[in-house]
Amino acid sequence: MNRRAFLTTTAVGLVALAAGSASARSISGRLPWTAFAGEPPTPVTPGGWHFFNPREVVLMEAIVDRLIPADDLSVGGRDAGCVVFLDRQLAGPFGGAARAYMQGPFQEGLKTQGYQGSLTPSGRYRAGLAAFDKAVNDKLGARFETLSADQQDAVLTDLESGKLTLAGKVEASQFFALVLENTMEGFFGDPVHGGNRDMASWKMIGFPGARYDYRDWVDQHDKPYPRGPVSILGNIVEQQAG
Amino acid sequence: MSTILPKKDVVIIGFGWTGSILANELADEGLDIVAIERGPWRDTATDFNIGYMQDELRFAIRKDLFLHASNEAMTMRNTAAETALPMRRYGSFLPGNGVGGAGVHWNGQTWRFYDSDFELKSHLTGRYGAERLSELQVEDWGVTGREMEASYDRFEQLAGISGKAGNIDGRIEDGGNPFESPRSRDYPLPPNRMPYGPALFADAARSVGYHPFPTPAANLSQSYVNPLGVAMGQCSYCGFCERFGCANYSKSSPQTCVLPVLMRKPNFELRTNSDVRKIELSKDGKTARGVTYVDTSGREFFQPAELVLVCAYALHNVRMMLLSGIGTPYDPATGEGVTGRNYCYQTNSGVTVFFDDKTFNPFIAAGAIGQTVDDFNGDSFDHGSVDFVGGGGINCVPTSGRPIQHRPVPPGTPKWGSAWKKATAKAYQSTLSFGVQGSSYAARGNYLSLDPTYTDRYGAPLLRVTFDFPDNDIRMSHYLSDRAREIAEAMNGTHVVESRRDKSWNSVPYQSTHNTGGAIMGSDPKRSALNRYLQSWDVPNVFVVGASAFPQNAGKNPTGTVGALAYWAADAIREQYLRNPGRGLVG
Repeated sequence: MNRRAFLTTTAVGLVALAAGSASARSISGRLPWTAFAGEPPTPVTPGGWHFFNPREVVLMEAIVDRLIPADDLSVGGRDAGCVVFLDRQLAGPFGGAARAYMQGPFQEGLKTQGYQGSLTPSGRYRAGLAAFDKAVNDKLGARFETLSADQQDAVLTDLESGKLTLAGKVEASQFFALVLENTMEGFFGDPVHGGNRDMASWKMIGFPGARYDYRDWVDQHDKPYPRGPVSILGNIVEQQAG
Repeated sequence: MSTILPKKDVVIIGFGWTGSILANELADEGLDIVAIERGPWRDTATDFNIGYMQDELRFAIRKDLFLHASNEAMTMRNTAAETALPMRRYGSFLPGNGVGGAGVHWNGQTWRFYDSDFELKSHLTGRYGAERLSELQVEDWGVTGREMEASYDRFEQLAGISGKAGNIDGRIEDGGNPFESPRSRDYPLPPNRMPYGPALFADAARSVGYHPFPTPAANLSQSYVNPLGVAMGQCSYCGFCERFGCANYSKSSPQTCVLPVLMRKPNFELRTNSDVRKIELSKDGKTARGVTYVDTSGREFFQPAELVLVCAYALHNVRMMLLSGIGTPYDPATGEGVTGRNYCYQTNSGVTVFFDDKTFNPFIAAGAIGQTVDDFNGDSFDHGSVDFVGGGGINCVPTSGRPIQHRPVPPGTPKWGSAWKKATAKAYQSTLSFGVQGSSYAARGNYLSLDPTYTDRYGAPLLRVTFDFPDNDIRMSHYLSDRAREIAEAMNGTHVVESRRDKSWNSVPYQSTHNTGGAIMGSDPKRSALNRYLQSWDVPNVFVVGASAFPQNAGKNPTGTVGALAYWAADAIREQYLRNPGRGLVG
């Protein structure tokens, strides 16, 4: 048996599916390296909304500014781009649960069995934000974004604990946990995805980002690393040691 | 209707460490070999590109290089009395996908199991009596550590492991693990330089009387040319190992160690994006005829072969056996049957030390660069006065400072808001965590089977995992956590926070991709699916190679032993099986 015989038997399939790494391939006698065949990320740029509607944008911007408030350590979640990040994530494969197992039957599970709902992440945000908006209005007679910072924190604390209940299919504390998790992904991930603008979080904690070689500093025990962060977009923040 | 392809000598299911090692060994025998891999081709320059590999969101969180549940999920439950439900997103463990398999995204901690681990049942029964094992189902491997030594050595040489021997031919060596079983020679490369955290850990461990040594690492301390002639680079401590491919050719993987040689051999062929559905058996069920697979266009092929090597991930090896009807499925009610028997995992716990005055630079890291205390691993200590068997390694291997996942804060800190932010900014640089990697011993109720309800994209049943930590292992874990705490307290930080292991196994948070057993090797066909050469007792032209063959798991990362088993099986095929093909190697 040889490669030629296999190619003969599958010639039609190979012609139809010749391009791209997702197609079945037969490889023999070589390392199949192709120049520029990689999949670099497409940088997210702000401007326009792909998933959130205008009301959801207002709510989300108010929420992420309480999860990550502006202070002397960094800008707030909104100015760091967290809502842009969430918007693009929810409009993409993550929002559509493209990598999750979504076949039924859907049943209530044990805690050890994880999330068993039939909604995708984008579905959970859509339903959760609408229910949250209504629950806040019903309880306080005001929109979330018009509340004082202390009142907003109190509402979010109640959402986190489940004390504020949401109507419909989205459970309050699970919804809060999802929003918090995704917001932190945006704040601490590479700026290429739309959040962590100007590497705000990395400067705050001292993470040098996408640098690739620390051989010169392995032995410098207990001494702060002297160089500032770099993102895979190529942006570099230089800082002075000491 | 399947398209029937011309026959091959050997078909290999899955193309990670074991598949690539076996293919390379058997290609040297002149056999005509095809490997069939479910995922895509992947190479360093293209897919682990240095321009954008350091993307925590894409690779560590969205898991670009892994098997996704949409592709093939599994169901789980803690006991047979519960209804298993699908893990709709992989969490507790993360199987690989594509060329290189889990050998692409591993950390690189490369251990040998102790001689006593291989003869566990005999050894423990002899030392402590059979009663001590009554709640467990531990077994001997059917092979001894001494027999495995040469195979371990070959894998270490292939992968350029960096470390320090502790016992060469019975001589205890300074600087290595004094508890390790005898080895014939040192590692091919010296240990890496130590970042601050592990160096501090080693001082603390010594101060309480333990014996720290450099964790054996597949993150190379120097540039290296392996015995196949493949060159690798020196690790740059970038902190992007686990969940990432190495862009620097300095973490051992099939790509960096085997494929540059194997792929050029004319008698080897790889088919990617091709999903093997089943091993087809003869009418009497005693011979494998070949495999059926589906390509991305949905077309089905039958690939006939003389020899079938099952080299997918451990859990997928077991599912392939169950779907193909090889070996009697295990029944926990009776304790009979072999396929799915003795599924084990890893019993991990951790401890975190917070400081006021230290700067660890946690991002200067690699997946296996650190220090280990093995004073309480396996049977390296006397269990006479304790109420469990087994043990674990205490490992200070800070693998990264990637901040989506690595953001320690002291207990009592809120999860968001101003107070959270202040605590995060302070603790990021001044916190050190280390862990206990505990053994996982087989128990009658833990097993793998086919799910009665949930199916994959083709309508075939998903694998069902029934598992909880045995009480023995929980007692072991608590004992080891107490030892880890002693070391932590010797560091004089401001807080020591333990994360202890208790029931029940939760499939959501990441714990370990060290799933073992289900198609175990042994010397009794009633209690093992495979003989000592990893050959199916029932279908002798099928070998099943991987951590699926472990009768139970030691307190160590499995890849060193998985690589050694690949060489062990390859030698058995080359030196024995090919002389009498189709016959069982053990009478």
